[in-house]
Amino acid sequence: MLKYIVKRFFLMILTIFIIATLTFFLMNAIPGSPFNEEKTSNAVVQQNLEKHFNLDKPLPVQYVLYLKSIITFDFGPSIKQPTETVNSLLGRGFPISAELGIWTILVALISGITLGVVAALRHNKLIDYTAMTIAVLGISIPNFVLATLVIQVIAVDLKLLPAATWNSPQHMILPIIALATGPMAIIARLTRSSMLETLTQDYIKTARAKGLSPFKIVVKHALRNALMPVVTILGTLLAGVLTGTFVIEKIFAIPGMGKYFVQGINQRDYPVIMGTTVFYSTFLVMMLFLVDIMYGVLDPRIKLHKKGGE
Amino acid sequence: MEKILDIKDLHVSFTTYGGEVQAVRGVNLDLHKGETLAIVGESGCGKSVTASSIMKLIPSPPGKITKGSIHFKDQDLTKMSNKDIRKIRGVDISMIFQDPMTALNPTLTVGDQLTEGLKQHKKISSHDANEQAIEMLNLVGIPNPKERMKQHPHQFSGGMRQRIVIAMALICEPELLIADEPTTALDVTIQAQILQLFNKIQEQTGVSIILITHDLGVVAKIADRIAVMYAGKVIEVGTRREIFYNPQHPYTQGLLNSVPRLDQRGDQLIPINGTPPDLFSPPKGCPFTARCPKAMEVCENVYPVHTKLSDTQEVDCWLQDERAKKYIAT
Ligand SMILES: Nc1ncnc2c1ncn2[C@@H]1O[C@H](COP(=O)(O)OP(=O)(O)O)[C@@H](O)[C@H]1O
Ligand code: SF4
Ligand SMILES: [Mg+2]
Repeated sequence: MLKYIVKRFFLMILTIFIIATLTFFLMNAIPGSPFNEEKTSNAVVQQNLEKHFNLDKPLPVQYVLYLKSIITFDFGPSIKQPTETVNSLLGRGFPISAELGIWTILVALISGITLGVVAALRHNKLIDYTAMTIAVLGISIPNFVLATLVIQVIAVDLKLLPAATWNSPQHMILPIIALATGPMAIIARLTRSSMLETLTQDYIKTARAKGLSPFKIVVKHALRNALMPVVTILGTLLAGVLTGTFVIEKIFAIPGMGKYFVQGINQRDYPVIMGTTVFYSTFLVMMLFLVDIMYGVLDPRIKLHKKGGE
Repeated sequence: MEKILDIKDLHVSFTTYGGEVQAVRGVNLDLHKGETLAIVGESGCGKSVTASSIMKLIPSPPGKITKGSIHFKDQDLTKMSNKDIRKIRGVDISMIFQDPMTALNPTLTVGDQLTEGLKQHKKISSHDANEQAIEMLNLVGIPNPKERMKQHPHQFSGGMRQRIVIAMALICEPELLIADEPTTALDVTIQAQILQLFNKIQEQTGVSIILITHDLGVVAKIADRIAVMYAGKVIEVGTRREIFYNPQHPYTQGLLNSVPRLDQRGDQLIPINGTPPDLFSPPKGCPFTARCPKAMEVCENVYPVHTKLSDTQEVDCWLQDERAKKYIAT
């Protein structure tokens, strides 16, 4: 187990390194620089600025400085907002994005699994068809379309909830709906099909032959096995929710990390781009790692270490 | 001896897209205390459906008991509510399925699966349940039961898993054990060990056993009586002696000729040609007609008379009719 974790840890570091390197070179490959929009500044000022942010140095040197900033986790000041450091932007944006993300995942998991299980238990009944129709709609409608739709209908027409920003629990409902519906639908469909398959397994027959109650059979014997595939897609789903937050934060004017990330790219604010990217990827890679461990805990047949078993 | 199970005129159908499959078409069977009854017959003849019907374990839908009764002691199991039948399952009657590799839940420990039935049905502390489970594992011959309780099914071999399944079935001390092809998925040497285990258990606990198999070699060792099924019906039943040495139904005779037997060394094995009839529209006459070497005109159109040959042997075949005997003689 420990050996596995250590191995995975180094793999994680390597992944982050590769992402960081790619980001660096891609970023430098995009035409333009942080300063060429500013017509007002003259050549001397620009040179001084470039010197200040080390942009006059050759690329390899910049790369090494960049790697250093990753290791120390200090990305320096933002170029476009000189009063802010990248770290302070992250510190302000992350809790908000995390709040949106965690609620989204929770809502998607709980409603998706419930919908899937109910549909499977009422296989080919009205509830099943209804749930799966909702699921197909949820998968096929992109989150930004859903976002505009709920803003129009629920916020503007019905005036039930605020349309934007992030000030109170009421403000959180629409963005979470917009972001969670897709993952919820995916989870519901997966849970349903996996549950249907699990219910035909021999060990379910054994459990029935023991005289266990239907509730115990579903919860203790079926659900745990049926949720295995859901756990495997959790990583992908997480990545989806993460990228989804960029769009949703933009639409709902939520001051999360996505806002700074998109802004950073638009303004070629190199330290901000690098800082947010490295932060996002580290976070995601760590989550994937946790999902893997969780899978091993849920299914004893998955060996996290070499020895054991027959 | 006391009768503990009495199945009368059992009919079971499955509604499928292709129509109604009449899987079981009027089965009569009974079982006495401490007895081992074997049900034999080719794959698809309705053995598992008959056995699963006893505890209402047929998948429903599509399956349904359309007619008949199953009396266990004084109660008709077919008329019981789902809630009441759950109190019978695992307590009075237990069932073992064919494949030990899939019969246990891969994500739960063996100990958990062994004790959950006890905990469900009896007021018992976790500690006592564990003790009882360890005792049971000892009985079925699992070494180091205490440590093994904490392990998961994948850490056991197929034969060991079947022993666990048997221990699980016996833990509430049922009066009837139904074993559906319990040795089919196992190696030959392991098969013999498991059959010995059944013998030992019956001696120690006095449990009645219904043993389902398509292998006559298996029943030769442990069955007291044998019921031969064909196309959803019991076509011949008798003691082991009667079935092995005085089989009257041509299908039973065919079955015996198609398996190797220790007492008839050197005899050629003769397979039964052809396939069983379609159960969507079973023939109105004898279902064996198309494959029967002794078939007569009447066989195709009228279902054969049920004949009692002795206190224990019964057969459904036109050859038992006086008129057929004359017909054959001439
Ligand atoms: N769930 C089911 N749905 C439809 N048909 C079934 C189902 N289970 C069993 N049958 C049919 O019932 C018949 C008897 O099956 P079974 O009792 O399993 O045979 P066996 O004697 O091999 O145990 C078969 O023809 C099979 O096609
Ligand atoms: S009834 Fe006729 S066809 Fe059927 S087994 Fe007897 S002889 Fe053969
Ligand atoms: Mg079967």
